[in-house]
Amino acid sequence: MQVGVGLPSTVPGAQGQLIIEWACRADEGPFSSLGVLDRLAYDSYDPLITLGTVAGVTHRVKLATTIIIGPLHNNTLLAKTTASLDALSGGRLVLGLAVGARKEDYDITGVDYRGRGKRLSEQLSSLRSLWEESHIGPKTVRSNGPDLLVGGLSDQGYARMVRFADGYVHGGGPPRAFARAADKAYAAWSDAGRPAKPQLWAQGYFALGDDNVKEAGYRYLRDYYAFTGPFAERIAAGLLTSPQAIAQFIRGYHDAGCDELVLFPTVPDLVQLDRLAEILHGQGRRVG
Amino acid sequence: MKIVILGGGPAGLYSGLLIKKTNPAHDITIIERNAADVTYGWGVVFSDRTLASFQRADNKTYEQITDQFVIWDAIDVYYGDHKISCGGHVISSISRKSLLNILQRRCHELGINIQFSREINDLAELGDHDLLIAADGLNSIVRKKYESSFKPSLEYGKARYIWLGATKILDAFTFIFRENEFGLFQVHSYPFNGTTSTFIIECDETSWLKAGLDKADEAQSLAYCQQLLADNLDGATLLSNNSKWISFPTLKTQHWHHKNTVLLGDAIHTAHFSIGSGTKLAMEDAIALAGALEQHTDLETALNEYELERKPVVEIFQKAARESQAYFETLKRYLTLDPVQFTFNLLTRSGRITYDDLRLRDPRFGDLVDRWTAQKASSMLSTTAGYHPEQKASSMLTTAGDCHPERSEGSVVAPPPIFTPVVTLSTAKDLVAPPPLFTPLGLRNLKLPNRVALSPLSTCTAQNGMPGEAYIQQMQSAASGGVGIVVTEHVAISADGRITPNSAGIYNAKQVEVWKHIVDFIHNQTPAKVTIQLNHAGRRGSTRPRAHGLDRPLRDDNWSLLSASSIPYTPSSQVPKEMDRDDMNRVLEDFVRATQKAFEAGFDVLQLNFAHGYLLASFLSPLANLRHDEYGGGLEHRMRFPLEIFDAVRAAWPQDKPISVTISASDCAKGGFEVDDAVVIAKMFKEHGCDIIVVVAGQTTIDSEPTYGRGFLTPFSDRIRNEAGILTMVGGYLTTSDEVNTIIAAGRADLCIMDPPQLKDLYWAIPAVAQM
Repeated sequence: MQVGVGLPSTVPGAQGQLIIEWACRADEGPFSSLGVLDRLAYDSYDPLITLGTVAGVTHRVKLATTIIIGPLHNNTLLAKTTASLDALSGGRLVLGLAVGARKEDYDITGVDYRGRGKRLSEQLSSLRSLWEESHIGPKTVRSNGPDLLVGGLSDQGYARMVRFADGYVHGGGPPRAFARAADKAYAAWSDAGRPAKPQLWAQGYFALGDDNVKEAGYRYLRDYYAFTGPFAERIAAGLLTSPQAIAQFIRGYHDAGCDELVLFPTVPDLVQLDRLAEILHGQGRRVG
Repeated sequence: MKIVILGGGPAGLYSGLLIKKTNPAHDITIIERNAADVTYGWGVVFSDRTLASFQRADNKTYEQITDQFVIWDAIDVYYGDHKISCGGHVISSISRKSLLNILQRRCHELGINIQFSREINDLAELGDHDLLIAADGLNSIVRKKYESSFKPSLEYGKARYIWLGATKILDAFTFIFRENEFGLFQVHSYPFNGTTSTFIIECDETSWLKAGLDKADEAQSLAYCQQLLADNLDGATLLSNNSKWISFPTLKTQHWHHKNTVLLGDAIHTAHFSIGSGTKLAMEDAIALAGALEQHTDLETALNEYELERKPVVEIFQKAARESQAYFETLKRYLTLDPVQFTFNLLTRSGRITYDDLRLRDPRFGDLVDRWTAQKASSMLSTTAGYHPEQKASSMLTTAGDCHPERSEGSVVAPPPIFTPVVTLSTAKDLVAPPPLFTPLGLRNLKLPNRVALSPLSTCTAQNGMPGEAYIQQMQSAASGGVGIVVTEHVAISADGRITPNSAGIYNAKQVEVWKHIVDFIHNQTPAKVTIQLNHAGRRGSTRPRAHGLDRPLRDDNWSLLSASSIPYTPSSQVPKEMDRDDMNRVLEDFVRATQKAFEAGFDVLQLNFAHGYLLASFLSPLANLRHDEYGGGLEHRMRFPLEIFDAVRAAWPQDKPISVTISASDCAKGGFEVDDAVVIAKMFKEHGCDIIVVVAGQTTIDSEPTYGRGFLTPFSDRIRNEAGILTMVGGYLTTSDEVNTIIAAGRADLCIMDPPQLKDLYWAIPAVAQM
């Protein structure tokens, strides 16, 4: 299993320069990917612009959206944007899409919240053909385009993954929650007669440091997930705040079949990246 | 805080005393409409795990409960004239009255004010309070008052039951299954004190109406049950406490608290009695609520925490209870099973207990299951051609005194039999028996060495229908793993019947050569047998290889498609031609020719694909077949062409070789066919000479949405096997021997298709560790 790190692009207070520096340092190792999240009505950076920017200062790490809210985007424009990102980064884009959880993001863009599932299916259906289409450039590095992942916990999510995509992105939780989702993904994939197996990506949140740092992390998660109501407290309780917790989390996800685990920061400070890198080095993970 | 608790049942009393313990300064009042010593109900059941949580919550009440409870370890199943026992299920029970006494005394001890005989009709009567805990049961007035906030939903079960007691001393949890001229009656009974037991009698609505119980009053119902269970009661008397026949109400509630009001116990959730007690759930709620109130000073946070902690646990429990309830509602389906298998099926009904679990709890029972399964398998093997499992027509009312697998023909309706002694292990002849998955299976002239099938993953890169080197390797290596049977992926009966340009085919001599090579290797070098899966892609044909998705139309070199009706599979798919009689004749010939070639190549089993939205499936499903001729319309008409194909293939395939058929148990889409239809279809194929049904689901249209997960196809296979009375093979992401053993031993399928486990290897070569 590979371990990637999220960019702090959705943590309020993260300066542009911090994000770029973060990406450079992560590219030196031992992370295998950089992840971004998508949140329109929030103090956050646009995920595709962010990846585009850091593509210019990195060479090695995969650039992954876990996830972006597909239905908010026009299909053809999205195909062009992502093809550009893929070509400009040397084929390092991994595109994860889902319907997103917040109605507010739909309301402020004027996209109809109802029917978002259908829109996502249509979008997934058309993306590959558009990438392969020669008159809507640029050409992607691989002829069939970047890897496409689908997120979401409903049965439709797995059906979409099996029909259109290369794998699945899990939204977070303890390893056993991921294990259940992994079972469903494998069951659906093999039932449909797709060859080999789906790529399974997952994520978690961390805050490493003294009590103030941890408290800042909790506050961020409670704020970011406030729209879920009482569930925000649950998510905050899952924050990884020690080397041991992170090691256990990584182990649990690895055992459950995760292919790539992206750990997202909750405090916009480069020291967080350094501390996480130290833990991974301690596990014997090097560049790669 | 000033706390008012409405309801002095176990939930109300327990939450009161636990909360008072955390902070004696709380002012707690419990209001109960009954008098202190008046109660309904008989015994209340707790598992050892539940008792452990009681011990941690309040040791005093735990000790008093354990002083008075009855504890036992076995489950007895009385099925016709057989009795099977399985140990290792430690359960305890106490009379509801004793429990309430214990809790009331404890409350008094702690200084809680309990007001008895005070019925509240309007919540305004409760006066001021900081927190209102509603423990007022299923008909909670608090929940009803704030219904729009709590959002409850109530569903009634299809069966009827009556909750009685008996002056009978039982020493185990006892299930009794008794069939009479009106139908099937099942009893759930257990001891709860030295002299009395709980007796819950349940039956389906049809039996209930036929027996005239809808018109029976309390005395008449009691008399009927007394007579029905005369042998089991053996002189004891059934007791009623204003008992009536009712349907079980399953209550679910979306929100459990509203401002400073919170619900507990039956007021928010109920679960069928076949899996445990509502009292256990209620008392566990109380523990969680008291804990949350102790941990959080902010009331809203505390109530949220309580809900967040308990809701998922209760939901899982309710799901298992629903499975168990459904099992008891559809029990008739399992009456054809022999006693040992019936018992195993019963014990594993909810999905929470498996073959390995039962072995651990009672090794002697585990051995019995192994011996019985092995004995049954070997006796089935010795049956001559045209095996059909347990005849549906015979009921369990045989006069055979042991678990002999041969069934008597014809329907036997006899007066209730005299109870015969416990089945002894000496009647299971083989002392040393393998686990169920290693027992053999006979299909016509074929003997499969075990119950495991493998179908190599579809990385088939055939060119012009010729299987590539990689696929040949895969088939051979799959067969070399010790499995009983290997199944090819879809093999096209004609070039146009392929799904993608990389699909394999069996329509020319060159292809037959390659298949023969594979089959010969498998026959000569491995113990496995080989099945060829014949398919015509129908409207899912002419698509790109599935590396990046399903049903993506080819860019060039398309071929034309056929289907039952001219409906494209996806909005961007080619529109298929509605088949005319000429097309049907041609396809018929293709299937027959493919069958002959399959024989030439040496395949052991022929499998026809009538599922997953391909050509033959398009005739079966009302979503894909909109024809107005004799091949469309009702189920019989939709089956016409599929049966033509089947009959032609059966005639061309040697009589002593088996044929299997894949059917979708459900379209898993609105307006499609459901499992009831699949059972009818399975019976029709069986009548025409099909030996085994391969059960799958969905993919009829792109809107098909099965609920995926481990073993998601097993319930479908179970229904079809036991209602249509035909052997089944099932997959659905099975990766462990435990899953396969459980399915085989329970009679839910006869062969299992396994998926290689996707978990990362547990065994590493050292250099690879660094790449983890």
